[in-house]
Amino acid sequence: MGYGTLPDEPEFGAGSDAPAPVAPLSDRAAKVVRTATSGIADNPHVEYLLRLADDRLILGQRLSEWCGHAPILEEDIALANIALDLIGEASLLLAHAGELEGHGRTNDQLAYFRDETAFRNVQLVELPNGDFAETIARVFFFSALQVPLLEQLERSTDATLAGIAAKARKEATYHLRHAGDWMLKLGDGTDESHARLQRAVEHLWPYVHELTWGDAVDDALAASGVAADVRLLAGAWRSSVERVAQAATIALPADGWKATGGRIGRHTEHLGHVLAELQSLTRAHPGATW
Amino acid sequence: MANETTGSQWPLWEVFTQAETGDPHEHAGSLHAVDGEQAIQNARDVFGRRGKVVSLWVVPAEAIVASVPSDAGPMFEPGNEAAYRHPQFYKVPRGVRIY
Amino acid sequence: MTMTPTVQSTPEDATKLAAFEARIAAGEHIEPKDWMPERYRRQLIRMMSQHAHSECVGMLPEGNWITRAPSLRRKMTLLAKVQDEAGHGHYIYCATETLGVSRDELLDELHAGKAKYSSIFNYPTLTWADIGVIGWFVDGAAIVNQTVLAKASYGPYARAMIRICKEENFHKRQGYEICAVMSQGTDAQKAMLQDAVNRWWWPSLMMFGPPDSASSNSDELLRWKVKRYTNDELRQRFVNLTVPQAQAINVALPDPDLAYDPTSGSWRFGAIDWNEFWAVVKGHGPLNRERVAARKAAHDDGAWVRAAAEAHAAKRAARSTAAA
Ligand SMILES: [Fe+2]
Ligand SMILES: [Fe+2]
Ligand SMILES: [Fe+2]
Repeated sequence: MGYGTLPDEPEFGAGSDAPAPVAPLSDRAAKVVRTATSGIADNPHVEYLLRLADDRLILGQRLSEWCGHAPILEEDIALANIALDLIGEASLLLAHAGELEGHGRTNDQLAYFRDETAFRNVQLVELPNGDFAETIARVFFFSALQVPLLEQLERSTDATLAGIAAKARKEATYHLRHAGDWMLKLGDGTDESHARLQRAVEHLWPYVHELTWGDAVDDALAASGVAADVRLLAGAWRSSVERVAQAATIALPADGWKATGGRIGRHTEHLGHVLAELQSLTRAHPGATW
Repeated sequence: MANETTGSQWPLWEVFTQAETGDPHEHAGSLHAVDGEQAIQNARDVFGRRGKVVSLWVVPAEAIVASVPSDAGPMFEPGNEAAYRHPQFYKVPRGVRIY
Repeated sequence: MTMTPTVQSTPEDATKLAAFEARIAAGEHIEPKDWMPERYRRQLIRMMSQHAHSECVGMLPEGNWITRAPSLRRKMTLLAKVQDEAGHGHYIYCATETLGVSRDELLDELHAGKAKYSSIFNYPTLTWADIGVIGWFVDGAAIVNQTVLAKASYGPYARAMIRICKEENFHKRQGYEICAVMSQGTDAQKAMLQDAVNRWWWPSLMMFGPPDSASSNSDELLRWKVKRYTNDELRQRFVNLTVPQAQAINVALPDPDLAYDPTSGSWRFGAIDWNEFWAVVKGHGPLNRERVAARKAAHDDGAWVRAAAEAHAAKRAARSTAAA
């Protein structure tokens, strides 16, 4: 299953008591397809930036929930560092997306005034933190893709994106190192930590595939040299994950059900709650400056 | 059980940071970590948050041999008094630049 | 001010004590391996551990707003600030360890509800304005305290304070900036700000501790340069700094007795409710139990993580000896 194909039309339209002249179904379906692949603006470049940005904003938000509650003081500091890096990257990417979009939306407006269906992050990053093993495994899976991806984006024809990627690549390299070290410590630690990490990996596995999911947006940007085709990085991702999993004595699960949809605005039930928290104050005072 | 693993019983490491290449590594503080990799990572996060660090050393505290306060007299006072080791001890004719 | 010799005191101790006090009077620092009176060591452990605990418990009230910060910039600066507080806790625990007590033991006391920490953190953060006001008042008060602690006679504590003071400045400025922006904002924002100021002002004054008349430890601590000024002196300094800052952003401080005294150049302020202070110190503040429970839960829930790190290091060490 997957949402890469055409989403179904809703069975009940809004305002059915006031029938208006309706366009032929085929036209409406075409419009839905376009919404699915480039929902915010009809601009794959903006769409792509939102995908990069939203991954980071939501994962950073999740990681910041640990602040004050980590297993050891040093890890409060480390997780906050990763969260700060990610939110910083998101902030730059959203600002760039807003400029390219050309409707005068700032990074804050994009972060705080979009609904969940307009978010383009993978579902992996919106899941609840779970225990420390889940938190670490998620950062590890995510960063293992970001390092090779950002390496390529450093050569983007979009100079702003290339600049952001150069900074982010260094950060992701460290995130991978930190999470990778914990993968070893937890996997090859005690029986309990091994069992917890194994469970975490199995829990997250259905969501990792979406990291290398691509569609027409990727096609368009790969063609123009703005972005790398993320689908081509699946092999590199897999081998770096395998290397660490092996050292950590963790078995990678067989592929089963695969989550998709985040990239086109179809999320898990969790994202709405993440955004309710993230956006509540700002939306309660629209127009206010903070 | 939990008491045995709060982390403060982990080996102690002394952290030295270098602010710019060419500068000496200076003592920044200490931390506990189970191994060198964790010590380096924690040192980076704890002492390198505000930039200004280009290189880090972490040294197991037990590897440091220190002078003890009661040695201070015999160890350092003779040196402090060796005025001839300081350049100001030597008179040079006015107007001559030595270096 | 009496120095009652303890029972075990020997003539040798008296000589050492005299030498110790002479060093302090001469402005020297005391280092971990130096001889020090047991009372000095105990007082330092008491003060420093309270300070370290305060940094860590202090993460909680502000951490409460990280996920809801109203802009990306505010989110990042708050996260960075709360992260700094964890760093401060870390520095001070390490400095305290040089006195021969482990972080372990100190955390056990905190989690058992036996350790003290700054009472201010037992109050709730109800609105975003609280984040601004905490930075302004609470970090502002901390700076007043810590700037003098940076001159404390115990070397490791003084060094930790110097590092911390550099970082605190950003904390106070980010807080005051939040307040300044809100004071220029919508009516709702202004009301939120004033309400937060009303709630935090008095507890902030209590942060400097009981009045000199009721502070039992002060004389000795001052003589040994563990403290450099009395609680009341520091409290007055804080008030004098803060009043003009409040005026500058049009915020009222909730004290009808606040008045400038041209003779002393100080702002006189009304009576502090010391009953409230002692109640909160003794565990009857709004959030004492929740704060300790949250720190304890983090620690207990993390036990398996710390155990894993140790087990892994032990396995690796065993493998490398086996290979050698
Ligand atoms: Fe602090
Ligand atoms: Fe320590
Ligand atoms: Fe602070």
